[in-house]
Amino acid sequence: MSARTDVKTYPGFFAITLLCMVILYAPLMVVTVYSFNASPSITVWEGLSLRWYADVFTGPESDKFKQAAFNSFSIALIAATLATAIATASATAIVRAGRFRLRLPSLGLITLPILVPEIVLAVATLIFFNSIGFTRGYMTILVAHIAFCIPFAYLPIQARMQGIENTYEQAAMDLYATKAQAFRQVLLPLMMPGIISGFLLAFIVSLDDFIITNFVKGAGVETLPTAIFGSVKQGIKPNIMAISTMLLSLSIMMVTISYFLSKWDNTK
Amino acid sequence: MTDDTQIAVDVRDAVKRYGDFTALQQISLGIRDNEFFTLLGPSGCGKTTLLRMIAGFEDVTEGAIFLYGDEIETLPPHQRPVNTVFQNYALFPHMTVLENVGFGLEMLGQSKAAARTRAAEMLELVQLSQFASRKPAQLSGGQQQRVALARALAPAPKVLLLDEPLSALDQKLRKAMQIELKHIQRETGITFIFVTHDQEEALTMSDRIAVMSAGELQQLGAPRDIYELPRNMFVADFIGDTNLLEVTVDEVTECRAACSLDGGLTLSCEAVEGVRKGAQVHLSIRPERLVLSETATGADSLRARVLENIFIGTDIATLLVLDNGSEITVRTSNSERGSKRIFDAGQMAFVTMERGAARLLRD
Ligand SMILES: Nc1ncnc2c1ncn2[C@@H]1O[C@H](COP(=O)(O)OP(=O)(O)OP(=O)(O)O)[C@@H](O)[C@H]1O
Ligand SMILES: [Mg+2]
Repeated sequence: MSARTDVKTYPGFFAITLLCMVILYAPLMVVTVYSFNASPSITVWEGLSLRWYADVFTGPESDKFKQAAFNSFSIALIAATLATAIATASATAIVRAGRFRLRLPSLGLITLPILVPEIVLAVATLIFFNSIGFTRGYMTILVAHIAFCIPFAYLPIQARMQGIENTYEQAAMDLYATKAQAFRQVLLPLMMPGIISGFLLAFIVSLDDFIITNFVKGAGVETLPTAIFGSVKQGIKPNIMAISTMLLSLSIMMVTISYFLSKWDNTK
Repeated sequence: MTDDTQIAVDVRDAVKRYGDFTALQQISLGIRDNEFFTLLGPSGCGKTTLLRMIAGFEDVTEGAIFLYGDEIETLPPHQRPVNTVFQNYALFPHMTVLENVGFGLEMLGQSKAAARTRAAEMLELVQLSQFASRKPAQLSGGQQQRVALARALAPAPKVLLLDEPLSALDQKLRKAMQIELKHIQRETGITFIFVTHDQEEALTMSDRIAVMSAGELQQLGAPRDIYELPRNMFVADFIGDTNLLEVTVDEVTECRAACSLDGGLTLSCEAVEGVRKGAQVHLSIRPERLVLSETATGADSLRARVLENIFIGTDIATLLVLDNGSEITVRTSNSERGSKRIFDAGQMAFVTMERGAARLLRD
């Protein structure tokens, strides 16, 4: 890149970058730092301590959080698994079925939920459950999560599929593999980085979700985000910061893994 | 060939259409068992399409294809005793070279160990043993091509389909692989159906050649017949260099035809079935079967002026213009230079064709 068009030479480049970084990350930094605060106040620093981390697991609210964490992780695991399976099947179908008339609409329909405002999805899902008389509880959350995780699982898989020529499957079948064997032995391994990446993304999105969950959850069934929200309504305590920091690290970890997987190439 | 030679692939009136585009016009040909059969034709003439129909990746729109007597439509690809070397190789990128070569054997139900042993043998055959544990992406184009060949040969198919397998190789490697392929074909006795658009490759390697153009079979025959007795303009022009002269047939007597060219020149040549008196057709004469001399050596000698000499390694091509203005090329082998005179540009010479060298074309 020539020096003249290099964005770094634009006036104010450094200041704008700094501002953006501060806006994006300062709140996260504050939460992370204060989660290690010894003081029960959230604004006064009294020294380093793991007290609030201990409080999360043993304090008065620990039972509530443990139950919520169990719900969150089990829902995320099941929803991500099922959503990934469905997404894998649809990606195979849409990329491999050749040119059929509903190809573009199908593609659009699968990825549309990402663009629809979440509140709209939440209300729609709620109305749907009410109209079929589904009692709200753990199951309603799970079903809703499976549904909205599909497009997130789908995108990385689809991106991966695009780079896989269909002559590989033909070559496999030419070498006496049945359709099922060609899929298992050739297509699936080639898709695997995309599938894992899609799974992790779906898992995080499910773990993270507040709006839809809050709408469709039944009384007394909480996930981590709704439990945290409930707790914050009675005032922010440092234990919330500790939970948030733990969730943050988990998210960073999984997004990082997902990123490296999408770069990972099992053909080298 | 005796009559009881088994037919490996029998294409009967097969037609392939994509929508309303006809990629393959009604085509019939029988490919014999143990034969090195070549499909030759320019790009887009339907070679790959025919190959894919035999392999089972395209269905037959009309007509039928039989594989050792079985209607092909009744066999899904994985049940046909046919393997393919794909135009783009299609090696499985996530498997090692050895796993690639062993894949077909495992799918046929052989144990992993047995498949590996046989795969290692095949790699030895194509001289790639030292690359067994590499991934295909770590090989050169020529090496990948040899892996694709080993992979297709490993299950010992009855018919091997090769779709322009040598097109990615440089001239030297290509020549070496041509010999290697021919050798492997003879050794294994597998029927090879080889696709190429390189006429020289087709001529050197094949037992028989099917020349195709625009989805139609133009001529089917041994390399020598195709070269020396082309049936029409397309074949004469596509295979090798040739001189095409417009002639009118004046007289057909017994096996000879007397022809006249523009400007009152006359020639005589072998008659061809279907070309009758009064027909306006083309005459094809291979440049290496014309001889230059100082004086007329027969009734069929034509006077011409030398335009230029072009040196092409083994040969010298002499470009001449006849008295009636048509251009004609004569090729003289460099090794014969001692016995034959090379004329300089501007000189006059007589062009005479060897007996049986001219061929009337039915267009
Ligand atoms: N799936 C398809 N749909 C429509 N037309 C096709 C399809 N596949 C091939 N064709 C057309 O059929 C014709 C024959 O194609 P084919 O691939 O058999 O050519 P080819 O002789 O193998 O050429 P090349 O030497 O370039 O590989 C071409 O005109 C091509 O455009
Ligand atoms: Mg082709």
